Amino acid sequence: MTDTTVKIPDAAIRRRMLREFWFYFSQNRGAVIGLVVFALLVLTAILAPLIAPHDPTQQYRDALLVPPIWQDGGRAGFLLGTDAVGRDMLSRLIFGAQYSLFIGIVVVAIALTGGIVIGLVAGFFGGWVDSVIMRIMDVVLAFPSLLLALVLVAVLGPGLTNAMIAIAIVYQPHFARLTRAAVMGEKAREYVTAAKVAGAGNLRLMFRTILPNCLAPLIVQATLSFSSAVLDSAALGFLGMGAQPPASEWGTMLAEAREFILRAWWVVTFPGLAILVSVLAINLMGDGLRDALDPKLKRS
Amino acid sequence: MFRFILKKLLYLVPTMLGITLVAFGFIRLLPGDPVLLMAGERGVSPERYAQIAAQLGYDKPVWQQYLHYLGNLLQGDLGNSLVTKKPVLNEFLALFPATVELALVAITIATVIGVPVGVIAAIKRGSWFDQVSMTTALVGFSMPIFWWGLLLIILFSGVLGWTPVSGRISLMYFFPQVTGFMLIDSLLSGQDGAFASALSHLILPSIVLATIPLAVIARQTRSAMLEVMGEDYVRTARAKGLSPRRVIGVHALRNAMIPVITTIGLQVGVLMAGAILTETIFSWPGIGKWMIDSISRRDYPVVQSGLLLIAAIVMIVNLVVDLTYGLINPRIRHK
Repeated sequence: MTDTTVKIPDAAIRRRMLREFWFYFSQNRGAVIGLVVFALLVLTAILAPLIAPHDPTQQYRDALLVPPIWQDGGRAGFLLGTDAVGRDMLSRLIFGAQYSLFIGIVVVAIALTGGIVIGLVAGFFGGWVDSVIMRIMDVVLAFPSLLLALVLVAVLGPGLTNAMIAIAIVYQPHFARLTRAAVMGEKAREYVTAAKVAGAGNLRLMFRTILPNCLAPLIVQATLSFSSAVLDSAALGFLGMGAQPPASEWGTMLAEAREFILRAWWVVTFPGLAILVSVLAINLMGDGLRDALDPKLKRS
Repeated sequence: MFRFILKKLLYLVPTMLGITLVAFGFIRLLPGDPVLLMAGERGVSPERYAQIAAQLGYDKPVWQQYLHYLGNLLQGDLGNSLVTKKPVLNEFLALFPATVELALVAITIATVIGVPVGVIAAIKRGSWFDQVSMTTALVGFSMPIFWWGLLLIILFSGVLGWTPVSGRISLMYFFPQVTGFMLIDSLLSGQDGAFASALSHLILPSIVLATIPLAVIARQTRSAMLEVMGEDYVRTARAKGLSPRRVIGVHALRNAMIPVITTIGLQVGVLMAGAILTETIFSWPGIGKWMIDSISRRDYPVVQSGLLLIAAIVMIVNLVVDLTYGLINPRIRHK
């Protein structure tokens, strides 16, 4: 007897899943807008040296606190005005996009990797290993994230690298918990038992068999953490514990601008607006991702 | 029910111990000699060093130091501030009401606006109200609140001149602290304009602090309502001819509130983190600003104990929320 089932190549299945995902994602107008804005942000960050009209650290001593071009006293060379030491706002904002994206990527990468490994171990082995790990995660979660990050930075010393490490440590339990919950749901399924019977080792079972089936919630959480990382690192910068001046990180720019809030609205308004727009775009994308990846919501 | 509470309390013990370990370890992880850090003195002679080390118990093995630390904690001894030399606990208790007042007003604003907005958005799903309110909620959720605070200061204090920029009350007024809550104390003092002054100082910080919880509560209420309105019992209530008002107000809302109450309770951590930023911007004399100032002054005993106290408070509130959840959710209550 001949085998009548048609084997669909893996690549075709993947393409079909991707098309289905895009179908649901593109239904959500907000998500598409978010994606477009985010793509523009990425482009801005990559092309920053080409599109920025000035060097972000160049101080024009004859142009201190010049208002934006449309306001009285604005100057043609400085579209969004200059700050208190005569640096071009627009150029600093453009280079600031590099910081935010870099911070988001590094924080999510560290927190995701750590969280997945810890969550896989806890969920896969269960028992006392699970109890000990999850109690440690509870301790980290008991602290308000910004406070713990602040204290960690106090221990490690202020600066961008340490701020990113601190934020990643604070976020990592969320990933660990999600991974653990997903692993515990998947562990008892037939395909895992089948793989085990076929002789797969623990590492293979954890990373090759189970993990790919737990990715959906992790992707959504990663997006949300990306936007939180941008917010929290800006908050740390604002409090003087993140990126240090003269870095054109948006939160640090706001910290430097604080004393001028009643004299020069533009040095305060634009960096915050940049943070808000980036975070909003990522959150819109996150909402769309969640709807497209969550089969429960799809049918409703 | 009693066993439920007991179990929850027992779960708390390892986490509490973990928190004390973090606070204890914090001083030892700092770069530099912990004895010198805790003494806060420069150019210490060897004799004085040995004296301080013995006084703080740092000449003993680490595990004994930890037990010593725990013993002190249980007696309410959280050490002294390096800057003011006063006991940390006293400082904390003096500043805590300011933060509680701010947080309570903020969470009240967030709940009173967030819940009705979420309910209406769910009932009128897809309407312009739903779209506008949920877009606004997402903007609020994405808001860098330290910037939002600065914007409000520019507008209301700078341009319009309606509200003061910092502090809890105008320096013109002085009256004894009774409750520690400026709104209540100013009323009790009976001085003309004191309450108005306290209120005008409180309004901007509480709006800033309420922003993110408000967005979260509105979104959560909407999705909880939507979920509940698809349930069989709501359809049954509709089918037996109850008025829409009764179906939504009694059958749907009461069930939708269960996850919403949990969400409101879990905002405590968000509020504490938000208080750090809000209090810094508005020079609000609460524990958030106290922590930031202590970190930048390297007043490590304060940072250590502040960290511990804040985490403990967040945990206790979360426990209360958990218990309330058990109380109002029959499925858990009767298990």
